[in-house]
Amino acid sequence: MLIYSQPLELTKLLAAIDNFLQGNLTPGWTVLVKGILVGILILAAYTLIALSLIYIERKVAAFFQARLGPNRLGKYGVIQSLADMIKILIKEVIQINKADKLLFYAAPFFVIVASVLAFGALPFGMNLHALDFNIGVFYLLAVSSLGIIGILLAGWSSNNKYSMIGAMRSGAQFISYELSAGFSLMTIVVLSGSMQFSEIIEGQRYCWNLFNGHLPAMIAFLIYLISGHAETNRGPFDLPEAESELTAGYHTEYSGLQFGFFYLSEYLNMFIVAAVAATVFLGGWMPVQIKGWEAFNQVMWYIPSWAWFFGKAGLLMFFSLWVRWSFPRLRIDLLLNLEWKYLLPINLANLLVMVVIVLSGFTLTDLFPALFGK
Amino acid sequence: MNNRDAYDTAMNEITQLIQQIAPDAQIEAKQRLTVTVRPDQLHPVIEALYGNETLCFDYLISLVGMDWGDRLGAIYQLSSSVDLTREVIVITATADRDNPLLYSVTDLYGTAHLNEREIYALFGIRFINNPDMRRFLLNDQWKGFPFRKDYVHDPKLNPETVVSSEIIDVAPHIVERDGELIEESVAVFGEEDYIVNIGPQHPSTHGVMHFRTSLDGEIVKKIDVHSGYIHRGIEKLCESMTYPQMLHLTDRLDYLSANINRHALCMCIEKAAEIEVPERAQYIRTIMDELQRISSHLLAWATHCNDLGATTAFIYGMREREHVLDIFDKTCGGRLIINQNVVGGVMFDIYPDFQKDVKAFIPYMRRRLKEYDDFFSHNAIALGRMVHIGLLSREDAISYGVTGPAGRASGWSCDVRRYKPYALYDQVEFKEIVRTEGDSYARYLNRLDEIEESLHIIEQLIDNIPSGEVCAKVKPIIRIPAGQFFQSVETGKGEFGVFIESSGDKNPSRVKFRSPSLSAVSVIPLISQGAFLSDLIGITGSMDFVIPDIDR
Repeated sequence: MLIYSQPLELTKLLAAIDNFLQGNLTPGWTVLVKGILVGILILAAYTLIALSLIYIERKVAAFFQARLGPNRLGKYGVIQSLADMIKILIKEVIQINKADKLLFYAAPFFVIVASVLAFGALPFGMNLHALDFNIGVFYLLAVSSLGIIGILLAGWSSNNKYSMIGAMRSGAQFISYELSAGFSLMTIVVLSGSMQFSEIIEGQRYCWNLFNGHLPAMIAFLIYLISGHAETNRGPFDLPEAESELTAGYHTEYSGLQFGFFYLSEYLNMFIVAAVAATVFLGGWMPVQIKGWEAFNQVMWYIPSWAWFFGKAGLLMFFSLWVRWSFPRLRIDLLLNLEWKYLLPINLANLLVMVVIVLSGFTLTDLFPALFGK
Repeated sequence: MNNRDAYDTAMNEITQLIQQIAPDAQIEAKQRLTVTVRPDQLHPVIEALYGNETLCFDYLISLVGMDWGDRLGAIYQLSSSVDLTREVIVITATADRDNPLLYSVTDLYGTAHLNEREIYALFGIRFINNPDMRRFLLNDQWKGFPFRKDYVHDPKLNPETVVSSEIIDVAPHIVERDGELIEESVAVFGEEDYIVNIGPQHPSTHGVMHFRTSLDGEIVKKIDVHSGYIHRGIEKLCESMTYPQMLHLTDRLDYLSANINRHALCMCIEKAAEIEVPERAQYIRTIMDELQRISSHLLAWATHCNDLGATTAFIYGMREREHVLDIFDKTCGGRLIINQNVVGGVMFDIYPDFQKDVKAFIPYMRRRLKEYDDFFSHNAIALGRMVHIGLLSREDAISYGVTGPAGRASGWSCDVRRYKPYALYDQVEFKEIVRTEGDSYARYLNRLDEIEESLHIIEQLIDNIPSGEVCAKVKPIIRIPAGQFFQSVETGKGEFGVFIESSGDKNPSRVKFRSPSLSAVSVIPLISQGAFLSDLIGITGSMDFVIPDIDR
């Protein structure tokens, strides 16, 4: 395999930092400092991505709705979300008299911690990976489902009927759709034979899983997008918030920074779902490459891996916004019907079909090793 | 001529029918056939009119509380669902001012329930056999009955307070058992009911409406309607105003059909004072009414979609409505409330480019209707949220007096423009959109189709506006002869009615506005029972009511 020139990759920079730390510190300190640096980077990226997503969402929504969107603060309103963040930071956290204080204040942390934990496991680019477990997919599913505890606690502890109804809806919705999301990811785990993100990505060098597993993979992709969208509580699945019914659902009573936590994590969850879909189905940070076309591959590698990653995730997020701003809201029974009567049975059958295809060698890489093989 | 004969026969029949039941009833042929009966004869007379198969007076247009000084009473304006041109007025009164009691007609007309409660709050008349005799529009602590002529409006009697009082869900009522009157109280909700207050501050009640809703999980068990948070006593205010002054208050009822409401009051006064309206003014009024109807339906469509969670559709509706408002703006400076109709015609003539602008708007709006159809009307989720949701049968629509697009969605042909044509509606050709499904989706489609019909009406008129005066010469102080005057129009929400009782003075002695929104709200507890909470919001959106129209 040829080594391509990768001028914009961050690999060298990371190696230089690594060398510098190892040259000046004892191994224990090196690990500690690295841990702190990674932590800061992840939190910074978290905020930055959430803020830009908020801005992008507002602009995209405005585009769909024949409006202008934010356009006063900075050129095209780009620093609007920064200003909003500062506003939220300095707002008063209102004390609710009859709320369950401990749970009320703990709830937003559950939500945000769950999404930060999931965020840490994402492969952003070549070697841009805080954690690369051999059970990455499993870990991600596990931590992202922690968030629901925060939402249920928020609804319960607010001592508000709207919040309570919102939280109950959220619980039913999240648990249902978590099944579908899990099964559709399992379909791909069967296909790629690994739960480790780096291996899944490497396996998609010449052929994305979406095409490699053809029919079952495409069904799994579609189901993952739907259920992932549902898990992020965004329209048309925004029943837990349902501003026209429950005012703001489970976070009705929250204000200031605590509300900000819910708000940020909602956007980050959207990003995480898109990022996982991009990684698992669309080759993650791996540039588009065609076996044997070395010149073409070299050109593709000039585009850095993190740009590929954000590009693919961005495309999926655009679809998510498109759906959100086009459809009316589902009702709780329609929502659960969709999951339990359609998505889940299809998913189970789909998983079985995938197993058969993989075992009998009907994947594209098996059928055409010359074109797509590793 | 045939019509005239048929009308006379019908009226003779009514006279005979009433004389059988109440021989001493006073029957007069005024603007409408008016029957005055003793309180104890009221229920039998109305029941006979209701039950008679040929006459079939099953539609209570409005129920007006009255204070004639020596007597307190009520005026029942009855009509037939089959033929809205047929109307009869039944009047009854009691001389007992301390404990006035009348018999309720709630068993016959669903719409009577809230209307009787309103009369109790404002006039203090209680209705025997009405199952829930709490005050509507006013709170229980209110002292005095504000619409009585001898009411003392001293702020000390009813001081303003910022302390909120608990809502007591206990409903007193009077029942008649074996000829005896028994006063009882019943609890509105069960002990264990999980009650959620939808409103008064809620994004989807379209104003300060308050539904106390008891829920079983997500399912609505019972709804108790509270209103009156913005009650301004417009009808009472009118009594101290001259006729031209009153006009401005009609705009503050259903502000989305402001111009049409005002048109109704103008016509009522013009008919009473026998003022001839120039033809050019008639054209302008009709065109403006239809434009107003389009903007009202657009807003109803937009908010209905928003209630279902489709924010983009909301903005689309607003975008098109803006074009209508721009035309209003250019005509007379007003956008929402355009203050154009005055007694005798219109205040402002149209501007030179009016026809051009309207003609440009018509094809634009048609394109947009197509877009709505592509974008929302056939969306799978939208269908799931509207089809077979909030079923309102034809019988219930008539009983509760639900008119307008909502009534017509239940298969009741009730377009005032068709049955009691005013302005130029007898000279234009238009289809009355009637659907029989009776669900949210039928109401939704009716509004979109009515926009198309309104465009069609405008098309027929816009090129033929005759030249001439836009306003007849009217004396600054208008006096209308003593008597009772009624006028109905079709607003965006349904039948809006004006009732004026005049004693020949320069201001009226009683004014009552028939509110289509009150009927729409009164039926909501019925049609959303057993629905999901989300559907309750969708149903309120599909009924399209405006709160200031209820809290007059």
